[in-house]
This record gives sequence, C-alpha cells and structure tokens, in this order.
Amino acid sequence: MTQPAPLFAAQEPIFPRRVSGRFRTLKWWIMGLTLGIYYLVPWIRWDRGPNLPDQAVLVDLAGRRFYFFWIEIWPHEFYFVAGLLIMAGLGLFLFTSALGRVWCGYTCPQTVWTDLFILVERWIEGDRNARFRLWKAKWDARKWRLRLTKWLVWLLIAVATGGAWVFYFADAPTLARELLTLDAHPVAYATIAVLTGTTFVLGGFLREQVCIYMCPWPRIQGAMMDEGTLTVGYRDWRGEPRGKKRVKGAGDCIDCMACVNVCPMGIDIREGQQMECITCALCIDACDDVMAKIGKPRGLIDYLALDDRPPVLPGEHAPVRPMGSDALDDPNTTGRPGSGDTAVEPVEGRTAPAPHAAAAPFVTRHSEVWAPQPVWRHIFRPRTILYSVAWLAIGVALVFALFVRPEIEMTAAPVRNPTFVTLSDGAIRNAYDVRLRNKHGEAREFHLSLTSETALAISLEGEDDRIVTVPPDATRQQRVYVTAAPGSDAATRALTDLRLWVEDVASGERAYRDTIFNGKESFDERTGAAG
Amino acid sequence: MADEKRIDEATGTETTGHTWDGIEELNTPLPRWWLWTFYATVAWGIVYVILFPAWPMVSSATQGVLGYSTRAEVAAEIERVNLSNADLLESLRTVDLGVLERNEALHGFAVRAGASVFANNCSQCHGRGAAGVQAAGYPNLLDDDWLWGGQITDIADTVRHGIRNEDDPDARYSEMPAFDEILADEEIAALVSHVRGLSGLAEGEAEGAQLFLDNCSACHGEDGRGDRELGAPNLTDAIWLYGGTPEAVEHTIRYSRFGVMPPWGDRLGEAQVRAVAAYVHGLGGGEAQVGVPLSEAAAEEAADVPEASFPASADETPAEADAAPVRPVD
Ligand code: SF4
Ligand code: SF4
Repeated sequence: MTQPAPLFAAQEPIFPRRVSGRFRTLKWWIMGLTLGIYYLVPWIRWDRGPNLPDQAVLVDLAGRRFYFFWIEIWPHEFYFVAGLLIMAGLGLFLFTSALGRVWCGYTCPQTVWTDLFILVERWIEGDRNARFRLWKAKWDARKWRLRLTKWLVWLLIAVATGGAWVFYFADAPTLARELLTLDAHPVAYATIAVLTGTTFVLGGFLREQVCIYMCPWPRIQGAMMDEGTLTVGYRDWRGEPRGKKRVKGAGDCIDCMACVNVCPMGIDIREGQQMECITCALCIDACDDVMAKIGKPRGLIDYLALDDRPPVLPGEHAPVRPMGSDALDDPNTTGRPGSGDTAVEPVEGRTAPAPHAAAAPFVTRHSEVWAPQPVWRHIFRPRTILYSVAWLAIGVALVFALFVRPEIEMTAAPVRNPTFVTLSDGAIRNAYDVRLRNKHGEAREFHLSLTSETALAISLEGEDDRIVTVPPDATRQQRVYVTAAPGSDAATRALTDLRLWVEDVASGERAYRDTIFNGKESFDERTGAAG
Repeated sequence: MADEKRIDEATGTETTGHTWDGIEELNTPLPRWWLWTFYATVAWGIVYVILFPAWPMVSSATQGVLGYSTRAEVAAEIERVNLSNADLLESLRTVDLGVLERNEALHGFAVRAGASVFANNCSQCHGRGAAGVQAAGYPNLLDDDWLWGGQITDIADTVRHGIRNEDDPDARYSEMPAFDEILADEEIAALVSHVRGLSGLAEGEAEGAQLFLDNCSACHGEDGRGDRELGAPNLTDAIWLYGGTPEAVEHTIRYSRFGVMPPWGDRLGEAQVRAVAAYVHGLGGGEAQVGVPLSEAAAEEAADVPEASFPASADETPAEADAAPVRPVD
C-alpha cells in the first residue's frame, strides 16, 4: 500500500527561461498590438454631431446604445452583436482546427497578460536561474525588495488594465477626470477594483493554472482538432534516442531541456501532445536555437500534424520512445511494441520530466521514401474551408444587414384591448401604438398618413396636426387613431387592410407599415352581440 | 461500482475505487488554490448565514444579525421615489387641471402615474384597456360619450366622489324610475321602439314618441339628447351603456338601472385622483376644457413646475422615458 492521495497538490512554480526567435518575435508583436488596442481604443474620438457621444467605441449601457465608429447599434439590433459572437466562435473553431490552440498561445488575454507579467518578473528578478534561486532564498531584505518591486509593477499594470475597461462604458476623458478627482460612480471604482484584483492574481500567480483548471477551452479543443491539425509537436523519429553524448545512431535531441525550460506551461513537449500545451511555440524557438548551435536543421520541435508522422513499414520497429518515466521504470509497461503512434498519446496529468539516461531500444529510422504533407495542405482542408465559408457567410450577411438598415424605423401595433371603439356618431375607431425611432443627434419631425382602399381618417392623440416630433436619439411612442365613418365599408367589414406611412418632414424620406383595421363585423361575429 | 482502491499502473496514482464501464477514476489531488477557494466559499456561506436572513424556519426565517430585509429596502425605495416626486405631486395637487396639458413634464408625469392608479383601482370594473363592460354597465372610457361630462375636471370630480353611492354626500346622483309598474306592456314596447328609433336602430312610432314626451323627456330631453347635469344618457347616439338590443332597452325601462361607482377621493388622495383623471382624459374621448384662460401668462404660470423624474422601471428604457409625452400601452 502506498500513502493515500494527498488532499491537494501544491502549484509547481514555473520559471520560463527567456527565449528569442521568430515565434517569440511574433508573440511580442501580437502582444503589443492587442494591448495597444485594448488600452488606446477608448481614446479615439469620433464626431457624431451634437447630443451624441464623441467616442469611437462606446457601450452606453444606460442609454442602451452601442457605438462603433460610424455604426450605431440599438437594442433591437442586437442581432449584430449575436452575429459577431457567432463569427468569433466560428473563427475560434477555424483556427483551432487548422492550428490548434493558437488563440491560447498568442491572443488570449490570460496569455498576453501573463507574458507581460513574466517580462516584468524577468526584468526585476532576472532570468530563470536567478528567479529559481530567489524563490528558494530566505526572505531577506533583497528578496523583499525584489518581490515588492515586482508586485508593485504588476499592480500598476493591473490597475491600468481594470482602468482601461471602464473607459469603454463612458466618455473616456470625462471619466478619467472624474476618476482622478474621486467623483466617478462607485460602479466604476468597483469594476476597476475587481479587474485589478483578477489581473493581478490570474496574471501574476495563477498563470498556467487558469489554462489548465479554470478554462474550459482546453477540454473542448479536442473536438476541434484532428490528426491533420498543425500543433506544436516533437519529431521523435528524428530526435530519439536522445542523449547528451553524441554517439553514433543517436537522435538529434541532445536533451538540453531548453524546450522544457522555456515552456510557460511547465510541460515537456517531447512527451507528445498534451492538453496543457497552448501552442505558444516558444519551445520551437528554443530548440531551433539549439539545432543551429549544433549544426542540425531546425524543426526538431515544430508545428506539425499527427498525420505527418512517418508510417511504420513492415519489418521496421516503431520509432518511438515509450511514454513518460513510469513506463520506463515500470517493468510491466515497458515499450508498447508495434503501436506506431504511442509517442503522441496525450499524457495523463503532468508528469515530471523523464530521466532520459535509460535510452529506449531504438533500432531503425523511418522509411526514407516518405514525405510529410506541405503546410498549406494542413491549413486548407475541407473542414477549415467549411468553417471559413460559414464565417464569411455570416460576415457578409451582417455587412449587408448593416447597409440595408432602414433610415426611418417605425413599428405599428394595433391596440387589441379593445379592438375598436364605437363613437357617439356611430363611427368606428381603432387605435395603434406607433413607435418612431430617431437615430439622429437632432430632433426630427415625422408626418403620419395612411393609405387604404376605403376611406379612413387618421388622427394623433394629443397632436392637432399629424406631425410628431421625436427628440434626438430617442424612441417616441405615439397613439394613432384611425376612424371609419358610420356605416362605411371599413366600419362594417371585419377586417380592412391599411398602410401607415411616415415621412421625415425635413428629408422627405418615407417608410410604411402594413396593418389592419377592425370593423364592427368582427366583433359582432365573435360575440354574437348586436348593437 | 465500489471496487477496491488500488494504485493505477500507468500513472502511479491511487484510484478512488469508482469504476464505470471498466473506467476507473483516479484520486487526483486538487490544486491548492482550488481547495482554498472551496474553503473560502464555505466560510463565506457560514458568515452569510449569520449576517443575513437565510435559514428557513416554520413561519419565517432566521433574521441575521445585520437586520437586512428586502422589504425594508423596497419601502425605502418607494419612500425615496415619493420624496423625489414630492414637488411634482404637490404641483399636481394644486395645478389648474384645465391647463395641465400645457405643461408637458407635469402632464407626462400625471398620465404615467395615472396609468398605474388606473391599473390598480379602476381596471377591475372598467377593464385593463378601459373599454368597460357593456353587459354590466361599466362605461367605456375610450369613446367620446360621457354621462357626467368629459372635461378633465368632470372626470376628476367623478373619480373623487363616485356615482350614486351613499358614502360620499357629493356623489353624483340620479335615479330613473322603474316603469314596470307605471306603464302597460304595450306602452313599454312602443317606448322601446321609439327609444331605439332615436338612434336609428328601429322605426319610431307616434305612440312611443308621445309616451317619451310624457315620461322621459324631463331627464333625457325632448329630443332624447340627455342631460349631463342629471347624468341622463344621450339616447340618440350610437353608444349604449347596457346595450342597444330591444331586450336591453326594455329591461332598462321596466326596472331602471343603477350603476354605482365608489368615491376615490379619500382613498387615493387628490394628486392620484388628478393623475388618473389626466390618464382617462387622454384615452381618446377627453373633451377640451371650457372656459380655460388662454392667455400666455396663464400658460406660462402653468408651465412653471419642476421637471418630472421617473423612477426607472423594468420595461422602459431611460431614453424612451425621456421621450414624453408617452401613452401607456396595454
Ligand atoms: S530543446 Fe530540442 S534538443 Fe533541447 S531537449 Fe528540447 S527537443 Fe531536445
Ligand atoms: S510545449 Fe511548447 S508550445 Fe506548448 S506551451 Fe510549452 S512552450 Fe508553448
């Protein structure tokens, strides 16, 4: 019997080493871009005329408006937002099926801010080894100084992050002034406080734990990926058997652990595809560096797909190293002969780096005649094309909807309680609730009229003429009466079609809504009543 | 299920002993922060139960040491809204009803307040849409026919004192005699067709016209146009309070009708009475005020009241709330 499993597992500290290379450079650019967008966008001004906000991107929750440069979205047009969310989802599927967890590795806020926090950490505390020593060191004055400095910078970044968020919901310069003079709304401070706290804790301390335990995406991604998906992988058929000694017949991997040391997730990619891997490709940069130094071609660790693995020909031994250390140490599970893809099986949980001294019994290399598929074939596959088509279709539909949005918006709802009113002279009157939207920064006048095959009169509650003035950027509800003369066709018939017209007095633009007029007949028929 | 706990060979981790379809669950330890978070929520739960009302008892719940209560919060919120609207209510209480409509802000406030007063107090008889119930003689408030007058001041008066009730000495009162005992059956029949003939529903008869002149014209007028002073309905128009069928008219003549409305003045208070009057007046049948001073000065004086501030309600966006005047929807 062994010990019962402990109640908790302490977080293993990870000290990613500095690395440089093309993917790291790409990541720096993306980090700059995304952080730049996030921090700066609220400060872009956009002149929409009087009475409307001058902020290019603004979510006006109180006024229920969403402003995005020249586009203004009203609550009833929320389908635009829904469409964008669907596009975002499809985009995620598309990229994941083509390139694995690239979202996680490059653009996910958790990754971007963690990267930034690690950068700060490295500036203040030094690179991997120094940080490791400091972690082990006693809490003396130096350690306190370094730690406090680091935490302070982290906190500043976190405050800036929470602070930037609120600017999307209010006029940025005004809010900034209010925040500084302590005049801002408590909700603003609370939001900043919460986001500061989460940024500080998630970016500074929880880091990879968020990606492994909190985020559902790693669990879902498996369904998005297949053997043709390009993910970060290790060419074990080329690297194994690994070893520091460059003996004859050894693989290209010199077991320098560079790939492990730079990994922000603390995993060893040589053990195969793992749930924890965020495809940030830092291990690729690290290993390429090593390969350059020892004069081998780059790409021992690379973006590759499972079906890029060379096939095992009859008579060849599987070019694999058995999984993990336990497999080596445990006599029951040593090797799994014949299973050509064991090396890419995901590893259950995170295992400690294997002691590779005991090299696996490799005999042959893979077939020379085999060549992997070119990269573009991994990216343009039926699956990704399907996702792209769906994504584009929604995008085109949204853009189309954006351009055919009516300039005048009107709804007309017949009042059904009661469906009609008899007036003293016997005329039959129907009421309609008409809503008119004025999306402009100045008040506008709308003229209401109707057309119908029979004679009907229109009048407006509370207005002597048939003109409604709608205040700027507002919806106005106006009750409209339509009356049929006593004994007239419309008054006696059950239903009469009619069309309500609205005309912008200034521009002459017109719009209409079709509705119906309820005559007395419908009522008499329904109730069997007379008179 | 409930197999032996053992050590999983591949991972070296202990299993929980739970097996489903041959798949065994590993007893993987939790991350430490996770466990702490869990303990923190437990601690939070305990603290919450102590501080706030939480634990259900037989007829109530534990009160919590903070004495927090949503009911008290609602009361405070109502109090706050009442306070913030106090000056509006005061203006409404005293404003000359005849010129209320000229003040958009106050009128909008009155109509909106009146809508909820109506829904709470009046809709039971007059219907949610104010169309009344003909069979029961609850008048339709949407049409242009008024028994006691359709100017806003008339409506306010009716609401304030009610109709034919014993509770309010100022209640409007009128009584139609029951002609069952007074007239013979043929006479009643002749009267029915004459009365229906007044509004073109039937052929009038000479006999009926004479009977009408003798018995009915005192209240309904010689031409049958009624008298608002007496609450006598206009019999020549197309609107019938109890229906225009021969049976309904005959019933009215034989046994008379006695529609009652309770007085609302004491129960609602003057401001709410005026608010609901403004609402009803705006439903489509309201008549213009007679004898209202039309001078600019009077209008300006009327307009000199505070801006309305409406408590945000769930179904209205603030932007729309600003777009007064707004007619409440059913
Ligand atoms: S960096 Fe490359 S050579 Fe070094 S251990 Fe990793 S795979 Fe092997
Ligand atoms: S294994 Fe490589 S790609 Fe995956 S997370 Fe680690 S460094 Fe990034």
